[in-house]
Amino acid sequence: MTNNSAPLLQMQNIKKDFFGNQVLTDINFTLEAGEVLGLCGENGAGKSTLMKILFGMDVIRETGGYGGSILLHGEKVEFATPFDALAAGIGMVHQEFSLIPGFSAAENILLNREPVKWNPASEIFGDRLSTLHYKEMEEQAGKAIKKMGVEIDPDMVISDMPVGHKQFTEIARELSKDQLKLLILDEPTAVLTEKEAEALLDSIRRMAAQGIAVIFITHRLHEILAVCDKVVVMRDGFVVQDVPARQASVASIAKWMVGRSVDAPSGEKAENRENGGAKTIMSIRNLWVDMPGETVRSVNLDIREGEILGIGGLAGQGKLGIPNGVMGLYDAGGEVEFNGKSIPLNSPRSCLDASLAFVSEDRRGVGLLLNESLEWNVAFPAMQIQNKFLKKIGFITWRDEKAIHAVTQKYIDELAIKCTSSRQKARELSGGNQQKVCLAKAFALEPKFLFVSEPTRGIDVGAKALVLESLKKFNRDSGVTVVMISSELEELRQTCDRIAIVSGGKIAGILPASESSEEFGMLMVSQVK
Amino acid sequence: MSKKPRQNKNVKHLLMDNSVPLMFIVICAICIPLSGFSPSYLINEIVTRLGRNLFLVLCLLFPIMAGMGLNFAMTLGAMAGEIGLILASDWQIWGIPGIILAMILSIPISIFLGYICGTLMNMARGREMITSYIINYFINGIYLLVVLYMMGPIIPIMHSSIKLPRGYGIRNTTSLLNMRQRLDDLLAVNVGGVKIPVLTFLIIGALCLFIVWFRRTKLGQDMRAVGQDMEVAREAGIKVERTRIISIILSTVFAGFGMVIYLQNMGNMATYTSHSQIGMFCIAALLVGGAAVDRASIGNAFLGVILFHLMFIVAPSAGAKITGDSMIGEYFRVFVSYGVITVALVMYEMKKRSVKSRTGQLLAQAQREEAAGK
Repeated sequence: MTNNSAPLLQMQNIKKDFFGNQVLTDINFTLEAGEVLGLCGENGAGKSTLMKILFGMDVIRETGGYGGSILLHGEKVEFATPFDALAAGIGMVHQEFSLIPGFSAAENILLNREPVKWNPASEIFGDRLSTLHYKEMEEQAGKAIKKMGVEIDPDMVISDMPVGHKQFTEIARELSKDQLKLLILDEPTAVLTEKEAEALLDSIRRMAAQGIAVIFITHRLHEILAVCDKVVVMRDGFVVQDVPARQASVASIAKWMVGRSVDAPSGEKAENRENGGAKTIMSIRNLWVDMPGETVRSVNLDIREGEILGIGGLAGQGKLGIPNGVMGLYDAGGEVEFNGKSIPLNSPRSCLDASLAFVSEDRRGVGLLLNESLEWNVAFPAMQIQNKFLKKIGFITWRDEKAIHAVTQKYIDELAIKCTSSRQKARELSGGNQQKVCLAKAFALEPKFLFVSEPTRGIDVGAKALVLESLKKFNRDSGVTVVMISSELEELRQTCDRIAIVSGGKIAGILPASESSEEFGMLMVSQVK
Repeated sequence: MSKKPRQNKNVKHLLMDNSVPLMFIVICAICIPLSGFSPSYLINEIVTRLGRNLFLVLCLLFPIMAGMGLNFAMTLGAMAGEIGLILASDWQIWGIPGIILAMILSIPISIFLGYICGTLMNMARGREMITSYIINYFINGIYLLVVLYMMGPIIPIMHSSIKLPRGYGIRNTTSLLNMRQRLDDLLAVNVGGVKIPVLTFLIIGALCLFIVWFRRTKLGQDMRAVGQDMEVAREAGIKVERTRIISIILSTVFAGFGMVIYLQNMGNMATYTSHSQIGMFCIAALLVGGAAVDRASIGNAFLGVILFHLMFIVAPSAGAKITGDSMIGEYFRVFVSYGVITVALVMYEMKKRSVKSRTGQLLAQAQREEAAGK
C-alpha cells in the first residue's frame, strides 16, 4: 500500500517452461483497480498456466518455478501457496465447482471462515470446539450475495441449486473476503444459460464499480466485448494482442486467437481430395455420449469411405466424446451404422469385431499394457479379437512367437520406434514412442476404420510429424477411413480432408480443410456454453 | 408433466430409501405373534437392550459424519474398555467407582489405538471400510498378546481369581459380578413391571446431546465438509487428515465407554471373544435403522437397536415353534447381521452408479426435447 499510484497488478516478463517445453514467453500486462480484463486464447495458449502462477499454485513450484516478476501495488510478490495469494487479496473461481454439495449457500460461502461463538469447551480444547454463529453467517453471506446484485437464498442447499446459483455462490465466497482486490474468473459462464450469463456479466460490472479488478477468462467472445475494459489475447505462450476492448470485435479476436502467421502455407495438402461421390461408410444419428467433461449430444455425422475426417474444437466441448461413445467406452445412445450394418453402442467388443479400431487419447490407461513387451502390446488385440498370430499344435492353440516378432519388427522400422528391442517394456519408452506403439497396435488389427484421438498430445515436433505422416500413409495405402480428433487445428488442416468442429456439445459445422483459420475459429467459439 | 406420477415417484423413493427398516418391521410383525411372548416381557427386554447397546451404536456416527463409512474398527475401543475392566477388577475397585475407573483407563488406550487406526485409514483413502475391518483383526492379535502373555509377568495382576492357573494371562471369563448392572440399578425406576435404567439412559442422552452440539461446532462443521468432499475442504484450508483422525479417535473413545456400559449390564466378560462380534452387530443394528454408508442419524441408531434386537428376541422362539429347533435363532442372528451389511454396501454402490447413469438420461432427454422443438 506504499505506492498508490502504481497499478494494482503488473505482470513483467513472465516466463515458464515445463521441463524445457516453453509454455509462456515474456508475458507483460498491467491491470488497474476496478478494471475488467478479458483474457482469451485457444486451449494450450497458456492462460491457465499464467493464472496458476499468479495464484501461487503448487504445480508451478513443483515444476521449477517461473521467471519474471509479479507486482502488486508496485511491490514484488511471490506466493508460495494459494493461501498467500488469498491473503494478498487475490481470489480465484475455478472452472470446476468446489462446493460442498450438502451444505447451504451460506455454509459454503464461509467455508472454514465461519464466525464462531465462545463456549467453555473451546476454552479447554481449543477454537475448533467453538459453536458456529449461524445468524452472523447468514448475515455475512447475504452481504456477499448482495454485492453481486442477485437473489440467492443463503439457506438453500447446493445440491438443490441450478447451475447458475452454484456459480454465483462460488463467486460470493471470494467476495465475502474483505481483502479481495483482484478476482480471477476462469470460464465462469461456460456452464450457464444465456440469462444466467447475462446476470453474471451484470455482477462483474457491479464488482468493478466497487473497485475490484477482474480477470475474466472466457471463450464467449461477445461477453468480453460486453463487459471488459481491455482484451489480452494469448497464443502459443505469447501475448499477441493487448488492446482496449473498444478496438476489438468478435471477428478480430477470433482471428488473433487461431490465426497463426496467417500468410504461412495453410497446410501442405495441395491435392484436396474432396470427393463427394464416395459412399458413406459410417453414419451417426442422434448420438449422445456421457463422457464426464466431454459430453456431446445430437451428433449427426456421415463419414465417407477412404477419407480422413478431422474433429476439432476447444477442450471440454465434447470432441473426445464422439469416438469414446461410438467405441463403447462411455455411456452413449443413438444409432451408428457402419457399412450398412448397425453397430450396438456400449459394447467395445462388437465395434472391434466390425473392424473398427480406436487409438485412445488416454494412452497409458486404455492404450497400453505398460508392463508388457512391445511385442505383446502390438499383437495382443489382434490375437484376442481376430485370432491372429496363433497356431494350432494338436488340440492346443499356441502363440506364434515368430509371427509376432516379425510384425512388431516391421512396425518398429516403419514408425521409427526408438527402443532397445521388440521385447522392451512399453513403460520404458518415451511418450512419443508410446504413441507410435499405440498406432502400431491399431494397424496390426488391419481395421477398415480407425479412430485416432489426440495422437500428438504431449509429444515433440519430430515425433508429431512422423505420427501424422504414418497416419496419412496408412490411409492412402490401405484405403482405411480415418477419423482424427485433435485440439490442434493446424495439425488437422495438414492431415485431414474435411474437419468437423464441435462446440458446446454439438457439431457446429463441417468445413473442407482448405477453409481459412478464421472460419474455423468462428465455428469453435460459435456455440460455446 | 401432471402431478400424479411425481407423487407416485416420491412414494416409491420413500419406500426404496426405507426398504431395510420396513423389511424388519414386517419380519418382527410376523414373528411376535408366533413367538408367544407377552408385550411386557418384550418391552422389558427392549429397554434392557437399548441401555446395553445404544451407546456403542452411537459411536459409529462420528466416522460416518467425516465420510469414512462404517467404522468396523470400533472394536479397538471395545478392547480398550475391556482392558480397563480387567485392571479395575484386579484392583478390586467395584461398583460405580470401578465402572468409572475402567472408563478412565480406557481413554488413553483408545486415543492411542484410534490415532493409529486414523493414520492408517488416511493412507488407505477411499478404502476405509475394508481397512478398518482388517485393522480390527490386526489389533485383536495384539490384544491377545497383551492379555494372554503380558498380563502377569509385565503388567502386574494380583488376584489369582482372574489369572489363568498357569500363572500368567487372564481367564477365559472375567467375572464382573460386583459391577453387574450397578449403573443400571442406580436411579432405576420401575414402571408397570418394566425396569428402566434411568442413569444409563441419561448417559446415552448426554452422548446424543453431545452429538447434536458437536455438529454445530467448528470441528463438526469441518468434519461434515471433509466427509462430503475432501478436496474442496482441503482447498478451503481445512486440515483434512487431522480432522479424519480426530473423528476416528472420538469414535474409538466412545466405543470404549460403550463397551464398559455393555459389559456392566452383562455381568461377565468373555475375555477373548466378547469384542469380536460387537462391531458387526452394532453396524448391522445401525443399518437396520435405515442408515447408509454416508448418512446416519441418532434416530437411525434408536430405531435400529429396537428392530434388530426385537428380531433377536422373537426369532429363536418363533423359529423353534415352526421348526422345533431353537438353534435356528442363533443362526438367524449371524446370518441376518452379515446379510444386512452386505445389502447396505451393495445399495450404496448401486446408488452411486444410478446417479451416474442419470446424467446420460438427461442428455438423451435434452436431445429429444430439442428434436421435438424443431
